[in-house]
Amino acid sequence: MSAAFEFTLNGRPIAVAGVDPNTTLLAFLRARGLTGTKESCAEGECGACAVAVVVAHARGSRFQAVNSCLVLLPEVAGGEVWTVEGVCGGAPEDLHPVQRSLAEHNGSQCGYCTPGFVMSLFAGYYDTPRSEPRALLAGNLCRCTGYRPICEAAAALPAPTAGDVHVARLQRAAPGPTAVEYGAGGAHFHRPTTLEQALALRARHPDATLLAGGTDLVVEHNQEGRRHERVIALSAVAALRAIEDRADEFVVGATATWHDVLQRLGDRVPMLAQMVPLFASPLIRNRGTLGGNLTTASPVGDAAPVLLALDTNVEVASATARRTLPLREWFLGYRRTALQPDELLVAIRIPKVQPTASRFYKVSKRELDDISSVSAAVAVWQHGGRVTQARFAFGGVAATPVLASAAGAALVGRSLDAAALRDCQAAVRSAFTPIDDVRASAAYRAAMLESLLAKFWSEVAP
Amino acid sequence: MSASGHERASRHVTGDALYVHDLAVRDPATLHAWPVQSVHAHARVTAIDGGDALRMPGVRALLTARDVPGAKTIGPVRHDEPLFPDEVCYHGQPVAWVLADGESQARAAAARVRVAYEVLPAVLSIQAAIAADSFLTEPQAIVAGDPDAALGAASHRLAGELHVGGQEHFYLEMQCAWVHRDATGGFVVHSSTQHPAETQATVAHVLDVPAHRVVCESLRMGGAFGGKESQANLFAAIAALGCHVTGRPVVVRLDRRRDMTITGKRHPFFARYEVGFDGDGRLQALVVELCSDGGYSLDLSNAILGRALFHIDNCYRVPHLRVRGRVARTHLPSNTAMRGFGGPQAMVVVEEVVDRVARTLGLPPEVVRQRNFYRPGDRTHYGQQVRDAERIDRIWRELLATSDYASRRAAIDAWNTAHPHAKRGLAITPVKFGISFTTTALNQAGALVLVYRDGSVQVNHGGTEMGQGLHSKVLAIAVRTLGVAPQQVRMMPTRTDKVPNTSATAASSGSDLNGEAVRRACDELRGRLLPVAAAMLGCADDEVGITDGVVRGGGRELPFAEVVERAYQQRSPLFATGYYATPGIHFDAAAGRGEPFRYFAWGAAVAEVEVDGFTGAHRLRAVDILHDVGDSLAPAIDRGQIEGGFLQGMGWLTCEQVVFGADGALRSRGASTYKLPGVGECPPRFVVNMLSRATEPGAVFGSKAVGEPPLMLAIAVREALRDAVAAFGGGGPVALACPSVPETVFWAIQAVRRAPAATAAAADDQRPRSCR
Repeated sequence: MSAAFEFTLNGRPIAVAGVDPNTTLLAFLRARGLTGTKESCAEGECGACAVAVVVAHARGSRFQAVNSCLVLLPEVAGGEVWTVEGVCGGAPEDLHPVQRSLAEHNGSQCGYCTPGFVMSLFAGYYDTPRSEPRALLAGNLCRCTGYRPICEAAAALPAPTAGDVHVARLQRAAPGPTAVEYGAGGAHFHRPTTLEQALALRARHPDATLLAGGTDLVVEHNQEGRRHERVIALSAVAALRAIEDRADEFVVGATATWHDVLQRLGDRVPMLAQMVPLFASPLIRNRGTLGGNLTTASPVGDAAPVLLALDTNVEVASATARRTLPLREWFLGYRRTALQPDELLVAIRIPKVQPTASRFYKVSKRELDDISSVSAAVAVWQHGGRVTQARFAFGGVAATPVLASAAGAALVGRSLDAAALRDCQAAVRSAFTPIDDVRASAAYRAAMLESLLAKFWSEVAP
Repeated sequence: MSASGHERASRHVTGDALYVHDLAVRDPATLHAWPVQSVHAHARVTAIDGGDALRMPGVRALLTARDVPGAKTIGPVRHDEPLFPDEVCYHGQPVAWVLADGESQARAAAARVRVAYEVLPAVLSIQAAIAADSFLTEPQAIVAGDPDAALGAASHRLAGELHVGGQEHFYLEMQCAWVHRDATGGFVVHSSTQHPAETQATVAHVLDVPAHRVVCESLRMGGAFGGKESQANLFAAIAALGCHVTGRPVVVRLDRRRDMTITGKRHPFFARYEVGFDGDGRLQALVVELCSDGGYSLDLSNAILGRALFHIDNCYRVPHLRVRGRVARTHLPSNTAMRGFGGPQAMVVVEEVVDRVARTLGLPPEVVRQRNFYRPGDRTHYGQQVRDAERIDRIWRELLATSDYASRRAAIDAWNTAHPHAKRGLAITPVKFGISFTTTALNQAGALVLVYRDGSVQVNHGGTEMGQGLHSKVLAIAVRTLGVAPQQVRMMPTRTDKVPNTSATAASSGSDLNGEAVRRACDELRGRLLPVAAAMLGCADDEVGITDGVVRGGGRELPFAEVVERAYQQRSPLFATGYYATPGIHFDAAAGRGEPFRYFAWGAAVAEVEVDGFTGAHRLRAVDILHDVGDSLAPAIDRGQIEGGFLQGMGWLTCEQVVFGADGALRSRGASTYKLPGVGECPPRFVVNMLSRATEPGAVFGSKAVGEPPLMLAIAVREALRDAVAAFGGGGPVALACPSVPETVFWAIQAVRRAPAATAAAADDQRPRSCR
């Protein structure tokens, strides 16, 4: 266990010693006087704390914007972080092109959200192709401008110039993931680089907190003031980040980020392509992981309904054994899974054969970057006008995401006609008793179960 | 950047713009505060045990009532907010505060403070407050004509009720105050406050020191929207108290959850109305009863209710009108100012009424709206002449034309016929908003302008910068009046030792009041410099021109600095104060009559939406706005205010929902549970134009206030949603709850599908009942 580590901050090496591993990157930056990075929501919804990290890419490396409020400091050990203070040349006239464009387009009013927008735009500025402004900025909130000038500032950005120091930087490789064994203030942080090390740590410390992307765990840390005595971070295990294209299934490593899942599988699994942009902003997708979403087992996690409808299996491992189980057997209760205290979720195995027709629906107060009131994944396999297989899965209507097996079974052998819709609606009506909460009433959720099926029918069999 | 753009933009984009917490973290001696919050909505505090907390690492103090040397209660109007309550009156109310070396230490210790409570019954809604006769105020009323007789005589009558939701400010920078001692024993209060003078006074009262011992500075705010008009005071007082007790600098910074659970919001309103009208939809009589939810203390609620009473007419002439209102007392956070200050809630009600009248008669709502507009010579229900009343008709006609309203209406009707599961809606709504503080005494402002011998200038005024671009506008006024170049002028942080006894930067009045005060100070300085320059140039005073730092006359020119230096040598004072009190305004609250407003700001908006019939989900497709800003002082800033205000109003009406649990605890207490508009809500078509030929003689350089009025343009979105919902049914009025989140819209669709005419009939049975 070491009491220190290093990382690169705005191009300069920084030594960290004696800082509690429960400290977020945001808190660390601000305590160092880098106060351009702001806290506003502390749950990854507003992007005021966005910074850029350098990650691996086919052609050298690329910048990824992340919420620094959701990054525990030791996660940047060995890494490279850029903040709003570091992106320009230093003198006021040396504004970075994204800074200049935002200022020229009146893209700031109170200015508090502005550094976060700068960092999302900065990371996106060097991507080829660039994301549309609205997609790129889905994780940044502004309360003043109404966004129009910010979108115009983004749309007006020139191509990077040849002399841009950041372009030169990205031609080199990203820092590789390093092992971390760090302790301070009575708390410990482990970041193994092999699955064997990870499983050994898990066996030795079954009570340790598992950290994947942190987009749920660190929210709880910030909102509830929770402290972790021992953390096992899984982000540096290469085997857990891989996405493999096998003969009859896609095997997604448990800590593959949503960004990587969308890049690799977006055009192969249509429901994922529909779901991911609605599910999370780029700032979250750059950190959040598929395995984290399944392991945290939120009843409103959007990934689970999609994967349930696709008949996904999950693979878990301990130091001594491996097992594979259907995802429908994974969720045992409210935020409880079949994962044993010595096990890790290793991979998510998605069958390659896609449904004849499928849709992901998300009902929420805001279209992007909101948590679902109800989500539904509807998948139907047909042959000769008859349904051979159907799976309907829902989030937000029970203590766990659920596959409505009876409703799916009721459809087999039939065509997608009005009578079949009525029978499926009756089946889901009797299968669920949703609850009231801050997002929606029980009555609305119950109505959505049936209504989303009707929506599917209207779109697929009008 | 563009000349009219934001003065501080380049500091925003580099992260160099500092906010209060950024200052505090630079001082390692600073102690950090964390509140101990009530876990009951209403309870007596019987004991506070901080023993365990005080033994935790880094903990320096537990602030409680016995630490307060001065006033133990605060409040902007009525001192009814205890700093350390012995009876907690809402869930989340701070009971005590822990001070520690680090914020996480303070937070951990606050969780270990044991508070014993004796739970008391709680009133948690307006309806419950009415039933329990729980009010913070006596009723206010404004009456014009004989509404009861006119209702009786009207050929058509409708009655109904509407609950209008609250709104979280969600300024991106949470409440924050940092207090340290200066070298002479004074208290320096850095506060994210819209009202430094009141923050200063509050701190002085709590510490029991004269106001001169306290200087409050508001460098800039990361948004405020009214939420820091009165409610910054508590946190400054706690920080000052902590500084007084420990002798160390203390910062009070709320995180988002603390901010949302402790501070008040836009007032929810409950309205009952009855309207009489003729067969053409002309309003003949309107009776409205309003009851707002003030929360646990008065705060600014009575003035907010008053502004609602003033705006129940919006742009409509109602010959016989009675509006009465009262503020309910509930066991919830104390609701406070928010952009529009009661006006929006009242205008939502009257737009609902007018739309219902139109749909009841089968007339297009835009026709009925226009038919009821004020005409030149009309007076409002409180007796003020509606100056420039013809403007709303002009705006309406221009906007209908530029937005292509008629052909879009036809296209939408055709689209709706072809789409059974989705419908589009279109609406146009007007805005008239009265400009001035309705508390007449607040309409005053001061400025202090200092010219140095090198020709550089410092401008001080009482207004605060919260992102609205006030300093940029005032800079433009100073530059234009003095004739200097923009880079010669430095806008100083707002401080109470530069301009005393200022009013809050609120009521959209920041540039009207402070801009005019600065203009007067600069004008006086210019008046002193002109004869000096004339003598130097060898021409008459009135031949001297000063622009962009160059003084011209008699065919010659001089740098501004040379004239200044000569004036110094001649012993002419190179500083001046400016003072402005809005003339001609008055209001007699008892009679409900007067001229409370200097002028009205006008505007209208067209909104087009699409609604999914399966879920009630909706999308804003297009917005067209024509708004009256007078002669704009800074068009880019004004456009920013219009667009930003519109989206904030749209959020209030369509996606933001304040939800309390049955225990009185706020459930929408973070960005994940309270959804303000994101970039996806910005409409793909967003056309904003400013009214031409609109010089306002009553304000500085012919300009108009722009902070609040555009928020109410967003009522067009609500009415467009109603129009879309109506297309799912067979005609007739449409009941639509507020806010119109997808769930609300879904139920409205279900209702019109089931029984298109029933909603109207059911509502007709209701008669206004009094809020007592």
